[in-house]
Amino acid sequence: MSGILNSSIGRKFAMALSALFLMIFLLQHFAINILSVFSPDAFNEVSHFMGTFWAVQYLLQPVLIFGVIFHFVMGFVLEIKNNRARQISYAKNNGSANSSWMSRNMIWSGLAILAFIVLHFIDFWIPEINTKYIVGDMSGMHNGEYRYFHELVEKFHSPIRVGAYVIAFVFLALHLLHGFNSAFQSVGANNKYTKGLVGFSKVYAIGIPLGFIFIALFHHLTGH
Amino acid sequence: MALDSKIPKGPIKDKWTDYKNHIDLVNPANKRNIDVIVVGTGLAGGSAAATLAELGYNVKAFCFQDSPRRAHSIAAQGGINAAKNYQGDGDSTYRLFYDTVKGGDYRSREANVYRLAEVSANIIDQCVAQGVPFAREYGGLLDNRSFGGVLVSRTFYAAGQTGQQLLLGAYSAMNRQIGRGKIKMYNRHEMLDVVKVDGKARGIITRNLITGEIERHSAHAVVLGTGGYGNVFFLSTNAMGSNVTAAWKAHKRGAYFANPCYTQIHPTCIPVSGDHQSKLTLMSESLRNDGRIWVPKHMKDVEAIKAGTLKPKDLAEDDRDYYLERRYPAFGNLVPRDVASRAAKERCDAGFGVNATGEAVFLDFASAIQRYGKETAHVKGLDENDAALVKKLGQEVIKNKYGNLFQMYEKIVDQDPYNTPMMIYPAVHYTMGGVWVDYNLMTTVPGLYCIGEANFSDHGANRLGASALMQGLADGYFVLPYTIGDYLSNDIRTGPISTETKEFEDAEKEVREKINFFVSNEGQHSVDYFHKRLGKIMWNKVGMSRNVQGLTEAISEIKALREQFWKEVKVPGTNEEYNEELAKAGRVADFLELGELFAKDALNREESCGGHFREDSVELDGEQKGEALRDDENFAYVSAWEYKGEPSDAVLHKEQLEFNDIELKQRSYK
Amino acid sequence: MNLTLKIWRQKNASDKGSMVDYKVSDISPDMSFLEMLDVLNEQLVNNNESPVAFDHDCREGICGMCSLYINGEAHGPDRGVTTCQLHMRMFKDGDTITIEPFRATAFPVVKDLIVDRSSFDRVQHAGGFISVNTSGNTIDANAIPVNKHDADDAFSAATCIGCGACVASCKNSSAMLFVGAKVSQFALLPQGKVEATDRVLNMVKQMDEEGFGNCTNTGACEVECPKGISLENIARMNREYLKASLKG
Repeated sequence: MSGILNSSIGRKFAMALSALFLMIFLLQHFAINILSVFSPDAFNEVSHFMGTFWAVQYLLQPVLIFGVIFHFVMGFVLEIKNNRARQISYAKNNGSANSSWMSRNMIWSGLAILAFIVLHFIDFWIPEINTKYIVGDMSGMHNGEYRYFHELVEKFHSPIRVGAYVIAFVFLALHLLHGFNSAFQSVGANNKYTKGLVGFSKVYAIGIPLGFIFIALFHHLTGH
Repeated sequence: MALDSKIPKGPIKDKWTDYKNHIDLVNPANKRNIDVIVVGTGLAGGSAAATLAELGYNVKAFCFQDSPRRAHSIAAQGGINAAKNYQGDGDSTYRLFYDTVKGGDYRSREANVYRLAEVSANIIDQCVAQGVPFAREYGGLLDNRSFGGVLVSRTFYAAGQTGQQLLLGAYSAMNRQIGRGKIKMYNRHEMLDVVKVDGKARGIITRNLITGEIERHSAHAVVLGTGGYGNVFFLSTNAMGSNVTAAWKAHKRGAYFANPCYTQIHPTCIPVSGDHQSKLTLMSESLRNDGRIWVPKHMKDVEAIKAGTLKPKDLAEDDRDYYLERRYPAFGNLVPRDVASRAAKERCDAGFGVNATGEAVFLDFASAIQRYGKETAHVKGLDENDAALVKKLGQEVIKNKYGNLFQMYEKIVDQDPYNTPMMIYPAVHYTMGGVWVDYNLMTTVPGLYCIGEANFSDHGANRLGASALMQGLADGYFVLPYTIGDYLSNDIRTGPISTETKEFEDAEKEVREKINFFVSNEGQHSVDYFHKRLGKIMWNKVGMSRNVQGLTEAISEIKALREQFWKEVKVPGTNEEYNEELAKAGRVADFLELGELFAKDALNREESCGGHFREDSVELDGEQKGEALRDDENFAYVSAWEYKGEPSDAVLHKEQLEFNDIELKQRSYK
Repeated sequence: MNLTLKIWRQKNASDKGSMVDYKVSDISPDMSFLEMLDVLNEQLVNNNESPVAFDHDCREGICGMCSLYINGEAHGPDRGVTTCQLHMRMFKDGDTITIEPFRATAFPVVKDLIVDRSSFDRVQHAGGFISVNTSGNTIDANAIPVNKHDADDAFSAATCIGCGACVASCKNSSAMLFVGAKVSQFALLPQGKVEATDRVLNMVKQMDEEGFGNCTNTGACEVECPKGISLENIARMNREYLKASLKG
């Protein structure tokens, strides 16, 4: 078991596990964010809970950060190894004849998502950490009410930021369109039961990013 | 030298068992000190190499391909026979023996064939244990089908890729031994000579096809499993690289060459389409289980089909001539290959050929599709009278059975065989003749063995379908590993064979001289130019039907062509590189000698038997009128030719065939 | 048909190599791709030039010897065929056709279009077999019934011809379809189960050592495979490997 990460299959298994974890996280993230459209109060309540509950903060958050970093680092490691497996490239290669653009460009969609995550951290996560753990204000309050919804709406004022988010989510959709099924294949699930997942994966891969885009646009257009 | 076939005494059913019980063995510790060279890694060579290594010998195996898995056994489609009697249809060792001897037109050695039938059942057990995925029935047991020339279902198969699966089985057994270091594998090496020391085969000279390096390899015994020589016809179903060189070099070093004229022309191949063609493609004999062979009855329909104004499927039943069913009601479309091929030629020679060249007949699946479709509809409780449904269901059944063959046909011919009958014509497929061997599979050179298609022993003048795979594996897994021990038991004190001797030096020098000649000869014609011309002579004059005049002409034409070859052949490049033209030149040089001996043998055999059909030896009247006529009184022997320089100087030795357990009869499939 | 061919020429393993243009004329649509190359080579030999070296043998799509990367695809644009079964009717008069060797670090070029695929053999040496000696005393072939479905799946996996199109087509030069097929064939059969753990661990280890890339599930291998070997075999190998890793 120890050397499993040194093997090609072990690495792709780990890649798939981290991907599955991130996809579950994404679903959870989306579920909370969509609340902001329907009920700012509910959004505030849940955000405050997530931002202050110890298990989320001290257990899940580090695991998530590790998951994200692991997925990226492993992605780069695999990319480098894969490039090494073909040192002279083809003069003419017709990749579109046998595979999807998404599957061949996971590294690029992944890099776009990485860039987005950096932006996202600067926008939300760093101020959050600053408020809670540097300043030490764990109340979640600002001017007598929960600050979360207002901060959210405020961020989506800028059309440039909204544009960047939309583009990033398009890349996320492309990444997921291949990644979702790929993760199942990598953990060895490809049989008559998983065939049904193909349809679901499309719904997930397009639906979730589209939902995030909707949230961003909604607040951009309705926020003050 | 007089031929001694070394057939053990005793009743035929006990010969092999008794013999095995009494031959000398080599103890396991001594086997470690004995080296064996195996040339060729097809079913025979591969299985022999693996088994010898399992026994403990140090094996060096050679193939000219880039991996042992690519040997041409891989292309065998239909199946492998074994007397398992799983279908309970009355099969037995004796019946398989009898069918094989009769199918070979009583020109094979009884004792060898009986042994083959005896070990056939072990082959299936062995292959299944190795993980060969044979076709199975829904109950999980092995499935069988029937093949030409027999009345039972004894053929085991894996779709249309049986040879592939069996070869991969042997290859996997080799892999295990390569991994253990017991086989040293030499890929992309071509054997260019046998080295004899003190009259015994003690090694070979090879050329590394990548670097051109000429290498010496020594061993206590040398085994050739190098396949057949069908490519002497240029166009055949053999692989492009299949050649006679190893066998021919052995012949030149003293191994007699037996029955070179026994060649199998397989009835169901895709017809020649043009001069560009480099090889012919077989459509498995298994297709004759379900396909019906026909040509139109009337010349006007032939013309209309050729002109494209009449679609073959639209021709009324009554206007079709199912000539095999007409001539051979008992066996119908499943007559042996030689009979089916000649019948096709007879119809085409009479002008009924259905394609542009006039050399094609139809193989039609329409009635099988109907039959299977109705059956499936019935089983599924669907409407048996719905023509479209029946056709669809029937096509699915056919697709399951022969899908890969139908796809192959469609890719090559660009016609859909599910909707229009296939066109087929006979093509050179297998050579029953080969290096003469005794009961031990040893050639006339001590320590030099020959197995599989490369030897002559089991198929007589005609091989039955699904018997080649059986023979290759029988020789390699179950016969040679025993019999070679008897010889090697005398070598336990010999010690390693040195390659630094005069014999090796001389052999290497000869090889180098020939190569130097090729690369420095300033000729004007490519190797293929000569090969194609040789093929034309062989096909036209030494092909499906032979006569004295044609054979005599062939002999002098081949001789003249050979002389021209040695003057005018052009080989570009050097020896010290990958040079396919150079490799081909050496092979064609040997074909040019073999071709002449082939014709000489055909001229000598003034009878028709199996694949060898002499126009001057046919039944003149009675029920069998026009069928091939054997002459048992004068020709019930194996022709074993001794090399004496030019093929014309070759000396004939006769091994008289004795039939104690089977009565010699006119072969009837009526 | 008249065609322009752009062909990779490389004298030997250490030569740098480059693409060279050739013209061929009077090509019949009924020719196979390799017969078209035969025409070119005959022309080159007659002009005292060095013929193009390419691997080929059975020319009926089963030996797996022929390779070639034609117009950006392994075995060319047709599906379910090897290069020897690719016919010129797939091309048009006046076409330019690019012909390259299969590219992968684990498949070094030997000369021109010929590559060394012995890495495949070495993966098989590591475990592509069932350890049974030849004896004639193995149990009767019908002693262990095998579910037809499993037997058919094992057969489908076993139809791999080891040509390397999967590696050539994979953007990562991964050999997992090839190895997955072999692992699957044995894993599906009762005879193969005894050694299943060691087999998959050893074969994957050797595959990694040969320098093949990692599978990213693009599915290109399955599309280009002349025998239609299914991606399910890779998933099965992954399962077998994970199971084996937990055990061993």
